[in-house]
Amino acid sequence: MSAPPRVLMCPPDYYGIEYEINPWMNLQAGTEPAVARQQWQGLRQALTNLGVIIETINPVPGLPDLVFTANAGLVYQNLILLSRFRFGVRRKEEPYNLKWFQAHGFEVELLPEGLFFEGAGDSLFCGETLFAGYRFRSDARSHLWIGDRLGVRTLPLELVDPRFYHLDTCFCPLNETTAIYYPGAFDDYGRTVLQDQIPELIQVSAEEAVSFSCNAVVVGRVIILNEGAPKLARTLQDRGYDTCPLPLTEFIKAGGSAKCLTLRLDGEEAATWRTSTTTLTSQLNRGRVQESSNP
Amino acid sequence: MSHQPRQDSLRATLPPQPGEPAWAEEVVEVRGHIIDSLLLPKILDRVLQMGGRFEIRKCEIGTGRKDPSHAVLAVRAESAEKLSQIIADLLPHGAVPVDVGNVTTEPADLPGCFPDRFYCTTNQHTQVRINGRWVDVADQEMDCGITVDPVAQTARCIPMTEVTARQPIVVGYAGVRVIPVERPRGETAFSFMGSAVSSEKPRAASLAAVANAIRATRAAGKKVLLVGGPAIVHTGSGEQVSRLIREGWVQVLFAGNALATHDIEQALFGTSLGVSLVKGEPIEHGHENHLRAINTIRRLGSIRAAVEAGVLTSGIMYEAVQAQISVVLAGSIRDDGPLPDVITDTLAAQTAMRLAIHAGVGFALCVGTALHSIATGNLLPANVKLVCVDINPATVTKLADRGSFQTVGLVTDVEPFLRNLASNLCEH
Repeated sequence: MSAPPRVLMCPPDYYGIEYEINPWMNLQAGTEPAVARQQWQGLRQALTNLGVIIETINPVPGLPDLVFTANAGLVYQNLILLSRFRFGVRRKEEPYNLKWFQAHGFEVELLPEGLFFEGAGDSLFCGETLFAGYRFRSDARSHLWIGDRLGVRTLPLELVDPRFYHLDTCFCPLNETTAIYYPGAFDDYGRTVLQDQIPELIQVSAEEAVSFSCNAVVVGRVIILNEGAPKLARTLQDRGYDTCPLPLTEFIKAGGSAKCLTLRLDGEEAATWRTSTTTLTSQLNRGRVQESSNP
Repeated sequence: MSHQPRQDSLRATLPPQPGEPAWAEEVVEVRGHIIDSLLLPKILDRVLQMGGRFEIRKCEIGTGRKDPSHAVLAVRAESAEKLSQIIADLLPHGAVPVDVGNVTTEPADLPGCFPDRFYCTTNQHTQVRINGRWVDVADQEMDCGITVDPVAQTARCIPMTEVTARQPIVVGYAGVRVIPVERPRGETAFSFMGSAVSSEKPRAASLAAVANAIRATRAAGKKVLLVGGPAIVHTGSGEQVSRLIREGWVQVLFAGNALATHDIEQALFGTSLGVSLVKGEPIEHGHENHLRAINTIRRLGSIRAAVEAGVLTSGIMYEAVQAQISVVLAGSIRDDGPLPDVITDTLAAQTAMRLAIHAGVGFALCVGTALHSIATGNLLPANVKLVCVDINPATVTKLADRGSFQTVGLVTDVEPFLRNLASNLCEH
C-alpha cells in the first residue's frame, strides 16, 4: 500500500472579504460565514472519504485568505518553497506558513528578495515539468529561479485575463499526460506551450471556467470541483474519471475554490516526482528494493 | 594597427543604418527554460512589436530537457525613452538588465599625459555609463582618451596633449561600449561599392555615388570637407575645385603649403612649379615663380590680405576667401616658405582641423594627398563617410589600414574625376 495522500487545509473561522485584490472580491457583497463553514466541511469530508489525511494550520484573525492554503508555497519532495505574496495584505500570512512547515519537518526555502511567488496557486507539475503562471501574482523570474533551484524544467506561462489571476484558476493537471485548461486565460505563446507539452489537453468553456471548474482537486481518478460545470464533469466521466461536484460558492466570492482551499503535501497526482518517490517509498517499505550485490 | 572592434556577435535583426542617429541600447539577459516556454521568442517578438531592435549577444541552449538556457540580448530603440518603455515591458517576462557598472575615471597625474590604464578610443561611436545612464562620447576620434565631466554628466574624446592635471580620465574597459558602424544593407549610395579599393569600378556609377553623397550631406545640413594635394593644380583641375567652392559644394578645405602655393603661383604667374599650365612647358625663370608667389603673400601678410588688396584674383584659395569657407593649411618639414597662413606647429594644426571637423563635417573627400588624407582620417569619427581619390592604390589602402575603415577608395586620375564631379554638381 502506498502512503495515503496528505492535504493541508485551514478552517474558515476568520474567512471573509476584507479587501479587494482580484476581480471576484467585493467588499459590499460580503460572505455568509455559516455557509462558508458548511461548504469547507463538505470539501474536507469529501477528501477524508477518499482516504486523504487532512492536516490543518490554525486560522488567524485578520488573515481571511489563510484559508487558501494552495498559496502557502510549492511542495517539492521534502522542500517547501515558501510564497512571497504580491499584496501586502497577504504577506502577513507568510510567517504563519513558515512556522507551520518548519514545525512539520519540511525544509523551508525562500525566493531571493524582490521576487513574488504564490506557491501552488501559480505552479503545478504535470509529468516532470512545472507549469507556472505569471503576470498578476507571481513573477516569471521567480519561476526561472525555481527551475534552476529544483533542477526541473519550469515553463512560465503568461496569464492574460485578470479573472484568472492564478494558474490554478485556469489549468489543472489530472495526471502526468493530461490536464484541463481554459484557453482564454493564456496568450498564443502559452496556449502553444500547453498544446506542445501536454499530450491530452481538455478545454474548458468560458462559461464553465468562470465557475472555477479548473480549480479542482485530484485524488487518484477522482476529481473534486465546484458545482456548475456539468459539461466538463461529463467529459471527465467519459474519460473514466469520477467527479465530485461540491457547492463552494462562498469561496468563489474571494476568487478561490476546491484547489485553492487545499495544498497537497505529498505532491500532486500529476507530478512525476511524487509517483517515483512514493513508488520507491512503498517498495522500500515492502523490502523489495535492495542494495545491488553486483559491482 | 586596426581600430575596428571585433564583431563576432550574432545579428538577429536589421541593425541601425549608417547615418541614422545613434540608438539607445540596454543589455538584458534571460535565463531558464526560455526555449520550451517560448519566453525568448516572446521577448524578441515584443522588442520588434514595440519598434525596437535586438542583437543576440549570447545564446546557450540547454542540451537536456532539464537544462536551462541563457540568452544575452542587446535591445535598441531610437530614443532612451522608447528604450525604457521596451525594457519595462520585457521585465515581467523574466528579462533582467545586465548591470555593467559605471565608467571608472582617474584624475590625470601629469599634464599632457593619461593615467597608465587609460581607455584608448577608436573612431567608432562610443558611450560611457555615468550614474547608470549611457552617455554618448562627444568629439569621437581614434587614439585619444575620454574625459568625463561628472557634474554635467558628459564625456568627450581628448587628445593626450590636451590633458590638464587632475582632469578625470576614463580608465579600464568597464562602463564603456562601442557601437560599431553597421555595414549598410539594401540600396544606398554606396551599396554597389562592395570592395573598399578598386580600379575596376564603373567610373560613372562611382562618380554619381560620390555626387549623391555630397548632395545628401548638404541636404542634411552637414558640411563637405575637401582634403586636397598639389596634384589638383598640377593636373589642371584647380578650376574644377574653384567651381565646387564657388557653388557651395565645399565648406571646409584641408591642405598643406603645396596646394595653396601652386594654386597661388598659377593665379599670379600661370605656372605650377614653373611649368606653364597652358603650354605644358617650363618657362624661363619659371622655377622662381613658386618662391615669388610665397614671397608676395608673405609681404602682404596673408592670403586674405592678398585677395583684399586685389593681388590674388582667381584660383582655389581666392574662391575659399570669397566664399568664406573654413581653411586649415597644415605645414610639413619640407615646405618652402611657407605661406603665412600655414600652421607650422603640428599640434596646433591638428587642433584647428579638429575644431573644423567638430563644426559639422558630414562627408570628406580626399584627393591626391596621402599625408593630409591620413591626418584627416585619424581625426574623423567612423560615421563620417570618407572617399579617397588617388591614382595610387597604396594611398587608399594606407588610409583604410590605419583605421579609417569607412574609407571608400577610387583609383583614378584626379583631373577627370574632379571635372566630372564639378559638372555633375554644378549648374554652369
